[in-house]
Amino acid sequence: MYRFRHHRPATVDEAARIFSDCEDPAYLGGGMTLIPTMKQRLAAPTDLIDLGRVDGLSGIRVSGEEIRIGAFTRHADVAASREVIHAIPALASLARQIGDMQVRNRGTIGGSVANSDPAADYPAAVVALGATVHTNRRRIAGDDFFKDLFETALEPGEIITAIDFPIPARAAYRKFPQPASRYAIVGVMVAELGGKARVGVTGAGPCAFRATALEEALNRGFDAAHLEGVEIPDAGFNTDMHASAEYRAHLVGVMAGQALAAL
Amino acid sequence: MGNPVTGIGAAVVRREDARFITGAGRYTDDIRVEGQAYAVFVRSPYAHARIVEIDCAQASEIPGVVAILTGDDMQADGIGSLPCGWNVTQKDGTDMRVPPHPPLATGHVNYVGDPVAVVVAESLETARQAAEAVAVEFDELPPVVDLATAQVSAEIHAGITHNLAYEWELGDREATDAALAGAAHVTRLDLVNNRLIPNAMEPRAALGIHDAATGEHTLYTTSQNPHLARLILSAFVNVAPEHKLRIIAPDVGGGFGSKIFVYGEETTVIWAARRLRRPVKWTADRSESFLADAHGRDHLTHAELGLDAEGRFVALKVHTVANLGAYLSTFASAVPTYLYGTLLAGQYRTPCIHVEVHGVYTNTAPVDAYRGAGRPEATYVVERIVENAARETGRDPAELRRLNMIRPEDFPYQTPVALVYDTGNYEQSLDRALELADYRGFSERRRQSAANGRRRGIGFACYIEACGLAPSRLAISLGAGVGLYESGEVRFNPTGSVTVFTGTHSHGQGHETTFAQVVSHRLGVPFEAVEVVHGDTGRIEFGLGTYGSRSLAVGGSALVLAADKVIEKGRLIAAHLMESSPDNVDFEDGAYRLKDSNRSMTIQEVAFASYVPGNYPDGLEPGLSEKAFYDPENFTYPAGTHIAEVEVDEQTGVVSLVNFIAVDDFGRIVNPLVVHGQVHGGVAQGVGQALLEVGRYDATGQLLTGTMMDYCLPRADDLPDFVVDTTVTPCTHNPLGVKGCGEAGAIGSPAAVMNAVTDALGVPDLAMPATPEKVWRELRRQREQA
Ligand SMILES: Cc1cc2nc3c(=O)[nH]c(=O)nc-3n(C[C@H](O)[C@H](O)[C@H](O)COP(=O)(O)OP(=O)(O)OC[C@H]3O[C@@H](n4cnc5c(N)ncnc54)[C@H](O)[C@@H]3O)c2cc1C
Repeated sequence: MYRFRHHRPATVDEAARIFSDCEDPAYLGGGMTLIPTMKQRLAAPTDLIDLGRVDGLSGIRVSGEEIRIGAFTRHADVAASREVIHAIPALASLARQIGDMQVRNRGTIGGSVANSDPAADYPAAVVALGATVHTNRRRIAGDDFFKDLFETALEPGEIITAIDFPIPARAAYRKFPQPASRYAIVGVMVAELGGKARVGVTGAGPCAFRATALEEALNRGFDAAHLEGVEIPDAGFNTDMHASAEYRAHLVGVMAGQALAAL
Repeated sequence: MGNPVTGIGAAVVRREDARFITGAGRYTDDIRVEGQAYAVFVRSPYAHARIVEIDCAQASEIPGVVAILTGDDMQADGIGSLPCGWNVTQKDGTDMRVPPHPPLATGHVNYVGDPVAVVVAESLETARQAAEAVAVEFDELPPVVDLATAQVSAEIHAGITHNLAYEWELGDREATDAALAGAAHVTRLDLVNNRLIPNAMEPRAALGIHDAATGEHTLYTTSQNPHLARLILSAFVNVAPEHKLRIIAPDVGGGFGSKIFVYGEETTVIWAARRLRRPVKWTADRSESFLADAHGRDHLTHAELGLDAEGRFVALKVHTVANLGAYLSTFASAVPTYLYGTLLAGQYRTPCIHVEVHGVYTNTAPVDAYRGAGRPEATYVVERIVENAARETGRDPAELRRLNMIRPEDFPYQTPVALVYDTGNYEQSLDRALELADYRGFSERRRQSAANGRRRGIGFACYIEACGLAPSRLAISLGAGVGLYESGEVRFNPTGSVTVFTGTHSHGQGHETTFAQVVSHRLGVPFEAVEVVHGDTGRIEFGLGTYGSRSLAVGGSALVLAADKVIEKGRLIAAHLMESSPDNVDFEDGAYRLKDSNRSMTIQEVAFASYVPGNYPDGLEPGLSEKAFYDPENFTYPAGTHIAEVEVDEQTGVVSLVNFIAVDDFGRIVNPLVVHGQVHGGVAQGVGQALLEVGRYDATGQLLTGTMMDYCLPRADDLPDFVVDTTVTPCTHNPLGVKGCGEAGAIGSPAAVMNAVTDALGVPDLAMPATPEKVWRELRRQREQA
């Protein structure tokens, strides 16, 4: 690890101010992605701006139609939250499947979403549930948030403050883990929201996306029969030593089917 | 008799575990000495390149850098090449071809991770920073990565044509060919034995200290065999004379073979400590472990098994290309030859066997012994092809094996591949395993799985291994550079406690417990009064170390001999004190008893008398401490049957291991708890090889599986509860009747699991590991064909 300065701001504004004053800063969430990258000397920010003490950045609140999860809320807290388990059990179950206990005790939803790792779990929920990402500057629709491999709509210095998840009529998440890392080779969330089907896919492509072909099929009826024969084109899908694009496309169908069965 | 709670056969909880699981273990990296500096290695980013220039100017300027040293500096100090300790004679009678292996590369680098220079600095961070600032100019050369084509690729080492270290053969080629030609049925099979990366929990580490006043060098390091390391470093590498070099391996956190070998880094550390007049410490990080620990396995094999009309095996012919990596590591040459070809008889009476092995260099990390070392590879060939032969000829795989097994009355049994098996009862373990597996109920279980969209398969492996390495004369006649006996010392302290010294060294096997059981049992003293000392050339006379499931069979036997010497000397003292003659004194359960009398004294009382020799036999030396060397007459031959049952998910191709039975014959068992633990760990590793693990390089020689995020080690939830049982035929030629249990799990399980997977899929082969996509592709191929 290279030398860096550590800042511990108390407010979002202070964090943003420090960011703009530094040469090559980075926000620090749970550090579960950033710290290993720094240890491997693949990232070398001059300044780490720790969001851990920023007021109002963590916590879970249910309000009628939505659950609001503060950006600094740890995966373990989402997994164990009574409110989440009650309102969107699929989201709690997704959080429970992230990494291992140590990772869940440190990692935060804001860090996960900001990072847009193609194999991360939360992004599937963000797109499937039509979440809204709140930042210190604006609100970004979940559908517009993930842009590419490790690329989001966030501008330099922009801080995620919270994510609103609309409460679906029902939803389920199924993950096919990469055997070594246990990140998602493919993860699919199927949800019914306002009478419509929404299907969010992670792992398969460069970033999370909605599988419109599957949604159309399910809009004809939430029935396994409708999923049969739906083509998932694998163009642009990831290929690595653990899974080819073709296999990932196949798994999207299988995981969608399993999620549907679990609705 | 012995104590039922702590004696031989008792399930004593490992005494060392308390310190391991409370963080009180003392590993090499835990040792800190005044003034120690930190070493970081500059490594090759290329698989094959010429070193044009190493520019240290900028790096040397960084404050806190003590020195930056290269291979040239090392050579200038007279440090030699790392040797291979086992010469393999080729089939044309010439010696194997060994390239130089400088501890720090000179001239060329030959794999990604090859150390090029070492930076020593006041802090680890400074050393890391400076290592990055060392500018090495490389001239890239074409890398040879693919094993299948390595023999027709560019030459890696000047003068070693076809990248061939050796062409070796064993057995009767002509007779085997003739028997195959006359066979009623021949089963043919091409197999891949996947490359594995050991990943001991504790990475390699070294702390070198040079005492300028005495000239003594001390190297703390992660070694399975400190004396062997000392011998090699002094006699071959010229680091220091043997009597001025002390190697201490404190607690060692796993090794699986990877800590047998003498590597460049440890060598560099002790040399640098002298040269720089500073203690120097190096601890590998996990990435370095992946890149630069010796890997395991990596074979390509073609095998043919001939059967007569009744199903009796008539001949086995095997051709193997074994990847040795970039250099010949310490025991690398022996693994795919003497530890592999000699095991191809398996448990069977196959009359004709011929094996040819090409040991091949590639621009990948050196490959050497890894848990099982040659024997898992041999078992994989034999047990996969036997299973396929059963399927092809419509025979029950268990019954085909039974038909061909060496029977109890056949022992001692001379195989056609050099070994003489001393004893065994293979049908007994097969039968027990069939019973535990509920083999009869399998077809019903298969039907139930099918109803749930899963294909079920069952697979066997009736393995044999040669352990207890090794009869020295035989090993040396086959090319070993050292004998493979073991030494031990049993020392009574005046107050009656016992310190035991052994030349083996536990790296997780629990010797402090089992060896104390053996000695306390033999001497009849309390288990708690026996302390086991190992891992220090300064305290232990000599030793060959721990590998090849040898420690109890060879090291334990040496302790028995030493204990018996102690008992005999004590008998002289006891007889004197009880005013009788030695042949009138019996020894049992820790006490000397005068025949036909009720007089007796404990061995601890005798020990005290030996150190306070007032009333003492004339001419007898005081003290009660004896040494012994034990050289085994033969290998030991653990054997057993493993049965695996898997389910394959039709939709995803995921293979789940649903049942695993291991019935092993390890001879007499000293501690069933330790034995079961060894079997569990070994099976987990074998299942890892079959389903999860593979060390993979890309075409340019970059390691693709260089982190835990990509190299998949088995975890608890990948495994079912194992069913483990034992049968016992005592080894006939060592005093404990023991055979060794450290590797069996890893030897039998890959074949059993892959036989189950191929049974489920109805295919002759699938290359390990049986990953979901590979299996899915096969399932899809079958669906498309249907
Ligand atoms: C062993 C291991 C296994 C894992 N397995 C999984 C898995 O199965 N599934 C999965 O989804 N993830 C997995 N992860 C990743 C884990 O979920 C991380 O927690 C997550 O990716 C990043 O969250 P973090 O809070 O740790 O962020 P950090 O590592 O602190 O930061 C990540 C990035 O986000 C930025 N950032 C952090 N917070 C904010 C914010 N509020 N606003 C703007 N930018 C911000 C940082 O600057 C940085 O660029 C695993 C990680 C490890 C180490």
